[in-house]
Amino acid sequence: MEKLSIDQLNKTCSQVRRDILRMVHAVNSGHPGGSLGCTEFFVALYFNQMEHNTNFDMNGKNEDLFFLSNGHISPVWYSVLARSGYFSVEELATFRKIDSRLQGHPTTEENLPGIRIASGSLGQGLSAGIGAAQAKKINGDNKTVFVLMGDGEQQEGQVWEAAMYAAHHKVDNLIATIDLNRQQIDGLTVDVMDLQDLRKKYEAFGWEVVETKNGNDIEEVVSVIEKAKSLLGNGKPVMNLLHTEMGYGVDFMVGTHKWHGVAPNDEQLENALGQLEETLGDY
Amino acid sequence: MEKTLNTKFTYTEKKDTRSGFGDGLLEAGRKNPEVVGLCADLIGSLKMGAFQKEFPDRFFQVGIAEANMMGLAAGMTIGGKIPFTGTFANFSTGRVYDQIRQSIAYSGKNVKICASHAGVTLGEDGATHQILEDIGMMKMLPHMTVINPCDYNQTKAATMAIAEHDGPVYLRFGRPSWPIFTDSNQKFEIGKAWKMIDGKDVTIFATGHLVWEAVVAEAILAEEGISAEVINIHTIKPLDEEAILESVAKTGCCVSAEEHQLNGGLGDSIAQTLVRNNPVPMEFVGVDDSFGESGTPMDLMKKYGLKAENIVEKVKKALARK
Repeated sequence: MEKLSIDQLNKTCSQVRRDILRMVHAVNSGHPGGSLGCTEFFVALYFNQMEHNTNFDMNGKNEDLFFLSNGHISPVWYSVLARSGYFSVEELATFRKIDSRLQGHPTTEENLPGIRIASGSLGQGLSAGIGAAQAKKINGDNKTVFVLMGDGEQQEGQVWEAAMYAAHHKVDNLIATIDLNRQQIDGLTVDVMDLQDLRKKYEAFGWEVVETKNGNDIEEVVSVIEKAKSLLGNGKPVMNLLHTEMGYGVDFMVGTHKWHGVAPNDEQLENALGQLEETLGDY
Repeated sequence: MEKTLNTKFTYTEKKDTRSGFGDGLLEAGRKNPEVVGLCADLIGSLKMGAFQKEFPDRFFQVGIAEANMMGLAAGMTIGGKIPFTGTFANFSTGRVYDQIRQSIAYSGKNVKICASHAGVTLGEDGATHQILEDIGMMKMLPHMTVINPCDYNQTKAATMAIAEHDGPVYLRFGRPSWPIFTDSNQKFEIGKAWKMIDGKDVTIFATGHLVWEAVVAEAILAEEGISAEVINIHTIKPLDEEAILESVAKTGCCVSAEEHQLNGGLGDSIAQTLVRNNPVPMEFVGVDDSFGESGTPMDLMKKYGLKAENIVEKVKKALARK
């Protein structure tokens, strides 16, 4: 796939944000907050950083793979998959509706191209990504596996089982990312269950750690992923701590957990879309 | 007592079914380079050492982290691997139910969940490790195949067969030394019940270790002039409904026998089939809503009513209801 320029990436982000808002508004459900916050990351991966094949094959040999562990931010993933050509953008209109391939949380059951494992129940994606990365090693496939997790998700024990394993087994073809938006359903992570210093924790677990200070700045997102790639192949898994603002791109949604799992009403949608240019045409 | 009976199947050797798994895995690994092994700190107990030694690059020590093991296995299928996970049945199911449900069953992953030390015959370790609910949990999951072979030879054959089968499988076996009474060259057909002994008065449907008890029960009943048919239900899901209905159409009553809770086990599945199609008198041998405890495997089999004598008693009850 052709790499988009920074300007094109920004334009794509604007359209993806419109898709997210229109999808959740249409069914009055879904998770806009985290989706909006991670838009730059998804766009950078799919339109600039990953070598991937939109002619989907489950085994994904000789291409980079992406796993979403915090499956509730499915709207941003579906939009990016459709916009990069895995399926038609019109299908975004079926999100969360009966008989759709775009389930509330991503699944393989309906054979949606681009999805390789179900996620939603938190804490499981890192394990799957590590398994896929090890399969690549056995196959002599030198491509990379990317995994995205939420920060609240770090409260799940399985994440730390996986973190310990990846370092012990030197899974150095893996770049995991944590969306550090500091929010979870019941409030701030620092109040609900403090994650403390994730850099120190992952370093203590034997990982290389890089940090994206502004995960909503596409240039920085791209450059840190490139830096993370440069650290691969040295016997250690790589962690990218991605600082984002939940709800980024819409002034009344930004920086609050209020929009974690709430859809905008008609008036709010209109207000939000007014802040985001329609760059690639709405579905 | 068993030795003096004229059983239709006999044995000269005893061996644990988990060894059948270990030997079967080694052969499956030799046959197919995509087969990989994962184990959560129980390589010796699961008899996975030979596979590890021969295929060190295809074997993964996971440590005491079963949830991660299930996720890793699911991930390894992406890239074409056929992962066999190994730990005790308790830690293969109840401990990791959600991981299996989402990452393996719902995701349709080609993972073989291989579970040793199932049931009370685990023995002295006691109820924390003696899972009696695993068949129920696994058979409830859509896409999951559930297999519980009866002896060393059948477990070995089943292990090799599931490597050829595309889709998630739960393979259940055990710890104790057990009679080897089936053929070493048997062909294992997933989902196909095996009629081991023809009979006309009653059918005994048995699975796992209790197939041997059913064979003994048949001999005891024969001495009393009762003709029992013995069917080995090694595959609990998908259930061979045709074989079950064909047998009860002839015998008119039946008994199920399993080393598992009555709730959610093989008996439940058979009863559902019968109620829908041909409700005949049926009795159940299994553990009745109770946890196990410490003891020798044989003492536990007796205490929890899992012996041939218990099958005989239930057969008579079923016959009386005909």
